Amino acid sequence: MTDDELIWRISGGSGDGIASTSQNFAKALMRSGLNVFTHRHYPSRIRGGHTYTEVRASADPVESRGDGYNFLLALGDSFARNPQEEAVYGNEEIKPLSENLDELREGGVIVYDEGLLDASEIPNFEERAEENDWHVYPLDLRGLARDMGREVMRNTAGVGATCALTGMELDHVEDLMRDAMPEKILEPNLEILETAYDQVREEYDVDAPDVSVPTGEHDETQLLMSGSDAISYGAIDEGCRFIAGYPMTPWTEVFTIMTQNLPKLGGISEQVEDEIAAAALAVGASHAGVKAMSGSSGGGFALMSEPLGLAEMTETPVVLVEAMRAGPSTGMPTKPEQSDLEHVLYTSQGDSQRVVLAPGTVEEAYEQSRIAFRLAYEYQIPTILLYDQKLGGELTNVPKSHFDRDPNPDLGKTLSEDALADEPHSGDGKFHRFQHDVDDGVSPRSVPGQKGGRFLATGNEHDPTGHISESPDNRVAQIDRRTQKLEAIRADLDGEDTGSYAGPEDAEYGILTFGSQQGTVEEAVGRLNEAGHSVKSYGVSDMLPFPTEQVEAFVESVDEVLVVEMTASGQFRGLVQKNLGRYGEKLSSLLKYNGNPFEPAEVVDGFEAAIVEGDGDASGHQTTFVPAAGD
Amino acid sequence: MSTFSAIGEEREIDRDEYTPGVEPQPTWCPGCGDFSVLKALKQALPEVGRTPEETLLCTGIGCSGKLNSYLDTYGFHTIHGRSLPVARAAKLANPDLEVIAAGGDGDGYGIGGNHFVHTARENHDMTYIVFNNEIFGLTKGQTSPTSPKGHKSKTQPHGSAKEPIKPLSMSLNAGASYVARTAAVNPNQAKEIITEAIEHDGFAHVDFLTQCPTWNKDARQYVPYIDVNDSDDYEFDKTDRVEAQEMMRTTEEALYDGEVLTGRFYVDEDRPSYGQEKRAIGEMPEEPLAERYWDDDYEWERSHDMFLDKHA
Repeated sequence: MTDDELIWRISGGSGDGIASTSQNFAKALMRSGLNVFTHRHYPSRIRGGHTYTEVRASADPVESRGDGYNFLLALGDSFARNPQEEAVYGNEEIKPLSENLDELREGGVIVYDEGLLDASEIPNFEERAEENDWHVYPLDLRGLARDMGREVMRNTAGVGATCALTGMELDHVEDLMRDAMPEKILEPNLEILETAYDQVREEYDVDAPDVSVPTGEHDETQLLMSGSDAISYGAIDEGCRFIAGYPMTPWTEVFTIMTQNLPKLGGISEQVEDEIAAAALAVGASHAGVKAMSGSSGGGFALMSEPLGLAEMTETPVVLVEAMRAGPSTGMPTKPEQSDLEHVLYTSQGDSQRVVLAPGTVEEAYEQSRIAFRLAYEYQIPTILLYDQKLGGELTNVPKSHFDRDPNPDLGKTLSEDALADEPHSGDGKFHRFQHDVDDGVSPRSVPGQKGGRFLATGNEHDPTGHISESPDNRVAQIDRRTQKLEAIRADLDGEDTGSYAGPEDAEYGILTFGSQQGTVEEAVGRLNEAGHSVKSYGVSDMLPFPTEQVEAFVESVDEVLVVEMTASGQFRGLVQKNLGRYGEKLSSLLKYNGNPFEPAEVVDGFEAAIVEGDGDASGHQTTFVPAAGD
Repeated sequence: MSTFSAIGEEREIDRDEYTPGVEPQPTWCPGCGDFSVLKALKQALPEVGRTPEETLLCTGIGCSGKLNSYLDTYGFHTIHGRSLPVARAAKLANPDLEVIAAGGDGDGYGIGGNHFVHTARENHDMTYIVFNNEIFGLTKGQTSPTSPKGHKSKTQPHGSAKEPIKPLSMSLNAGASYVARTAAVNPNQAKEIITEAIEHDGFAHVDFLTQCPTWNKDARQYVPYIDVNDSDDYEFDKTDRVEAQEMMRTTEEALYDGEVLTGRFYVDEDRPSYGQEKRAIGEMPEEPLAERYWDDDYEWERSHDMFLDKHA
């Protein structure tokens, strides 16, 4: 655990401005030269209910949420409040203060709104504060905000108080407010920020802050980005100009970002009647010669399995995004989980083939979004970008130069009319869309409206010209050709180096993980090695085609492997075992499925308990250890 | 840009161009109404002046879905009920294409009912032909959404307790700007209506009564039709929603009483198509999106230059 870091948790009810306030605060910290990482926790409701966001800031790189936090701003209660009246909705307790105490670190700071919260209602609050050396500042943020304009501005007052108590200058916060707010509300907000700041500085001795904002410096421009931002920009840069979707949390974020941007680029976004239609539209647009995508989350993606299979059989390129949340069925709409992995790998009937990529960080999300489109169009295969609510919604800073790359609108093996006129494509006057005799399984395509490229795309098995065929020889040749693409894609992905390794190469133990848990595991690996263990990790990004050779080499190089994932059934471990065919006796699982992502300490504890002590009892954490099984 | 040179090509088009050279004879049963749809399309497309290579025919599943195999255009034989979403996306991606969708009554009014309503509502500029034979044919004779109440089949042994779907009223109410019904037993009218539907700028829904001689010998589709547009008895204003609605109600009830009324039931030439609406509000480019991918001079935008500063 780094001491030199601020992990600021702002809590309240949905509708209290937690998201926007924390986003601005994170950006202010980033602009002051720090690395930031945010973690969101929110209920599935519009107003009220307990919600918080953590902003972690450090001079060192941060790739995960960290363990606990050291500054709590308990902004309001968890009631939804009608701004015009005193009326409140819901029956929540004073959770923004009481619910958050367990994870507050020793020596941490509590600022709570005494206008809305009463600490004396919390059992043993004072004793706990004393025991943990918490520094408690009850402030009447609501009263302050109300006196100076509107009660809702208590979030601004809270930020002012935070700055005063951590020794942070107001300039970056003020700049951001100037950028984001219309004139009318800017002035009272600036006034409230400064008043809260001054009042706290006058009232308390803040020259030696209890928790201070670290100092840092960036040598290049940083951007505050979420995984959803990165996926969207990756798609845009790879030439995607068509998206169709139906809203579903958390996929809606990508859908919204794309919809806001595509018309500015002459692109098209369609909100349609259901997810079957959404994916079918993406297939139709791609068939007509446009780079297209769709996406959803668990239940919506289930509806897409039909058009997914159609894209595979007709070899129509398409990218589908799957933003996982806790399932099955409606599950927990706003909570992350990785348990759609098998769903995405195996959905749709028949010997269906697709590519599944699972980026581990915001930076990787951009790269792999681009790779997903490139592979889909070069190999004429549906490609799925699998991520979860955590990666989609967390914000972190990424150097702007990371995105400074050439656009790629290339449609892959799509023939020009000149090429269509030549042998061998139109040998007998017919365009042979689905030829057998190609090297990598990819038979060039045409698009409607081109002279000489007429063909039939069909979900039925078909011959080289596209016409329905149930001939045994043709069937075998077509399946073999379509399957052959995966080998070519595997070789292609090896050149992309999508996996992420951490820890010493000659380590004794290994941790395997995928997707959004990669950063957390890597931080845990750093700590484990500092604590004298010998551990390395491998964050796998390619779920299909699986990097069997690399994973095998990794597993072979260590004595034991802990597989860390947010599922209850060990789906990722199952995938590893399926592909490796052996080594089961080396693989144990550390699982978490309570709706929250791993904290690094849970991985550290889990590793120590499971691998070092061998019993897997990481007490105090909601994680599950499943020991190794023989093959 | 020569890459879509099949589009807008002006020349004499022989209807045999639409016939696949090497394909076997259609697998439809002798006497099947589907032959009439094929024939009407082969007559209508050259008349409208659209070549096979600028035409995209999207079909669903069932006997009707096989239309793609016997009409040699660019084709997409999709999945059960999903021809419309595939077709309308292709139209948005390249509005210069002539997009036609086709399917059966189970495909279009049953499993694809949701897409049917929404495509009509959006008024995409395309033609949708539904082969309505009041039966599931290819799966061998089950009750369909347009089968009459009381229809007995292996899946409805006690006789269907359901009222049949009213497809004309459905598409009118959803927002289609051209709604017509024709019948296989009336090839001349079928050709005229399909031609009009293709030429119409908006969602043109044609309920095409096709007899199924194998599984639905009792259906009224064999009964001689009455063309409502030529009949004094049914004089009504087909551009008036209320009159059209009333006429549709009459015809949809009459069908099951043995009176087959066909013709144009609603024609709205004024409603802009979905593409026009989207262009008007800046949600769709003026030039076909698909063309841009072939334009070597087009400067592709990068997120780095356009969107990222707001994240700084």
